[in-house]
Amino acid sequence: MRKIKSLQDLEAFRNSIAEKRKVGKPCIAICSGAGCLALGCRGIIDATIKEIERQKLKAKVDIKTTGCPGFCEQGPLVIIYPQNILYTHVKVEDVVDIISKTVINGETVDRLLYTDPTTGRKFIHESEIPFYKKQKRLLLGNNSNIDPNSIEDYLALGGYSALAKALFEMTPEQVTEEVKKSGLRGRGGGGFPAGRKWESCHNAPGEPKYVIANCDEGDPGAFMDRALTEGNPHNVLEGLIIAAYAIGSHEGYIYVRNEYPVAVENATIAIKQAEELGFLGKDILGSGFDFTVRINRGGGAFVCGESTALMASLEGKVGEPRAKYIHTVERGLWDKPSNLNNVETLANVPLIINKGADWFRTIGTEGSKGTKIFSLVGKVNNTGLVEVPMGMTLREVIYDIGGGIKEGKRFRGVQTGGPSGGVIPESMLDMPVDFDELTKAGSMMGSGAMIVMDEDTCMVDTAKYFLTFLEEESCGKCVPCREGVKRMRQILDDVTEGKGEEKDIELLERIAETLKDTSLCALGTTAANPVLSTLRYFKDEYEAHIKQKKCPAGVCKALIQYYIIDENCVGCRLCEKACPVEAITFMGKKKPVVLDQSKCINCGICKDVCKLEAVGVK
Amino acid sequence: MVTINIDGQELEAKEESTILEVASENGIYIPTLCYHENLAPYGACRLCCVEILKGGRSQIVASCLYPVEEGLEVKTSSPLVINNRKMIMELLLARCSQNEVIRKLASEMGVKQPPFKSEYLEDEDCILCGLCVRTCEEIVDRSAISLVNRGVNREVAPPFLEPSADCIGCGSCAYVCPTGAIKMDDKDGTREVYARNWKKEFKLKKCKVCGNYWAPEEQLEYIRKKLNLPADFFDVCPNCK
Repeated sequence: MRKIKSLQDLEAFRNSIAEKRKVGKPCIAICSGAGCLALGCRGIIDATIKEIERQKLKAKVDIKTTGCPGFCEQGPLVIIYPQNILYTHVKVEDVVDIISKTVINGETVDRLLYTDPTTGRKFIHESEIPFYKKQKRLLLGNNSNIDPNSIEDYLALGGYSALAKALFEMTPEQVTEEVKKSGLRGRGGGGFPAGRKWESCHNAPGEPKYVIANCDEGDPGAFMDRALTEGNPHNVLEGLIIAAYAIGSHEGYIYVRNEYPVAVENATIAIKQAEELGFLGKDILGSGFDFTVRINRGGGAFVCGESTALMASLEGKVGEPRAKYIHTVERGLWDKPSNLNNVETLANVPLIINKGADWFRTIGTEGSKGTKIFSLVGKVNNTGLVEVPMGMTLREVIYDIGGGIKEGKRFRGVQTGGPSGGVIPESMLDMPVDFDELTKAGSMMGSGAMIVMDEDTCMVDTAKYFLTFLEEESCGKCVPCREGVKRMRQILDDVTEGKGEEKDIELLERIAETLKDTSLCALGTTAANPVLSTLRYFKDEYEAHIKQKKCPAGVCKALIQYYIIDENCVGCRLCEKACPVEAITFMGKKKPVVLDQSKCINCGICKDVCKLEAVGVK
Repeated sequence: MVTINIDGQELEAKEESTILEVASENGIYIPTLCYHENLAPYGACRLCCVEILKGGRSQIVASCLYPVEEGLEVKTSSPLVINNRKMIMELLLARCSQNEVIRKLASEMGVKQPPFKSEYLEDEDCILCGLCVRTCEEIVDRSAISLVNRGVNREVAPPFLEPSADCIGCGSCAYVCPTGAIKMDDKDGTREVYARNWKKEFKLKKCKVCGNYWAPEEQLEYIRKKLNLPADFFDVCPNCK
């Protein structure tokens, strides 16, 4: 490809792409995001290519593999353009119908349409589905229109026009000013104003300056940065180049965890394409601005998402944090001024430059502007990625978009902010979600993971789960985090095993305070949040475990007992056969079985296999 | 120079110095375990935490790392500081429940017993302060040992827990270790440097004059090569020279 050397070149190139695409061939877009990949979309891609060849349609139909549109629960997803028909749960066998009926004849294949589980209504277009209706997909919206490995796709949708605008119409200071004015705050967790960070880095003495994109997303259940980097890597790259221009940096990195191989691959391809076309390298678009980007693969340590640990890792050292009394914008990577932004933060930048800070400020709340992508997971009907304006209530996200709790069960809590966030109870479902409200509630935005929990979730067990994660992921450098998290986990082990003592709650609170006050990095200072928030909103559960030696949710094995509900049992023997310790005795047809408590190991298999709800827990 | 206030005393301090440096220059005691004046501050033990007041807001910081600034107000033993330090000591004591140094320091802070169940208490000596590792790297320039593994599995170790080829037996690690977790014994012409999970033996050099064993041969050879000294330079011990 020829290098683009001026604004006119860029527009001419963009026009030539539009010209090529004028014909408007039908297109089969197959999602190849992480969720659909896991659900077998590769097979569908292969089958589609084969079928197109078999029917000799290669010249008439385009096939496109796209990034994640977010509705992972319904994958594999296929969208047919130009009609914009969304097919869900697509299987290899469906490919022939999709091509013969929809692509050739324009008929919809009803069985593949999304069906609302509550109303039974079928939907043809993405935009009508309740899951998408309340979303505002500024960032994710393009994922299903773009082949992540095609820079032409990105350019066709106006890609790199923000970069051109910044380079040719704005000074670096004006770019920073615009981002400052927009109110954009860091999407990685801290929520620090991005424009102010850029300004500090720009003003810090020392050369060279570095800009880094943080794609080390490590929260359990979170995959929004993954979806952006995999699905629309040029968007992230454009944001990073604009940041570099504003700050005066000529070298940048994308730090991606190696567990995201598709993100690594797509970002690598994007960088190569951008270099070839002149969006990266020397004299970008003939503006005189130079900037190069390299990919750095992370080893998958949770702590490496922390800025100083990430920079240590980038330097080739062990990924351990250091004190930030001198900020990384002054002394970061190799002790030089360094600006680190989360991938989602950077993805917002081209939008802000193109549409202006005033437009961006119309979305969101007073203190948190724009949209936020959440990964909605757990016991919710529609799991996936949702992008909503800041300030939407938790209830709207979980019920209107998420479709409510699975199996009609009762909502119990939602963990926001990942392992170092907190659990928010039912009474606060009408809370608007933004940086400040979540912090006030004792949780945090974090990177945007939302784990929904139902009535069968034990909050003490949940706190223990997150502490176990943090214990494993603590780098071990400072005493409070390394030793404190371990001791808290041990106490919770005891509580969930019925060995808790009344003084344990106070001790947990004391350790939590020291963790918060004295830990070296934010991983440590927030590590106590799962315990503190569950203590704040679900103290009765702790007390039930400690005083009555009961687990109200029926989760903690040491505190529960399974029993046969005689009136429901017909002696079908399913449980008898499944029981691994022969604790269940068959007493004859149509007679309830008998469960021997002295043999029972509380594995719960009998309850899982029983079709008649004849096994209870107390 | 800047003026700061520690525990009510107005003090002159060099810019770029840390709270801990200014405090110790002025005879104000702040307990530390991972700090050494000849090494870069590390901030792992958090025992040196102090409370600072900045713009009306109070914050706990590690005094070994926090750079002083004009008008900074510091409290080294406010209730908040004491409570945190006590918890840190309780955590350390739970890890090193039998270690004399830790027990003594804990007792000085009024911590007799860690508040955890006795079945969970451990009998470690190493507090992972990293002084040994940093000394070996920053002072001796050998990096024979390092901190390996993460979190609760973290430990000081030579590569693969085998006697390190880079270790010259100087014993600086044992010297700097605040809790006696690394030890060094000289006996019958042999030096042993060892911890719970690793050990290396060294042949000691015999003085040609007095016949005393006086330093590991590997260490003397390392110094001799580094300073380009003659082959027989260390044949005689410093006492007999």
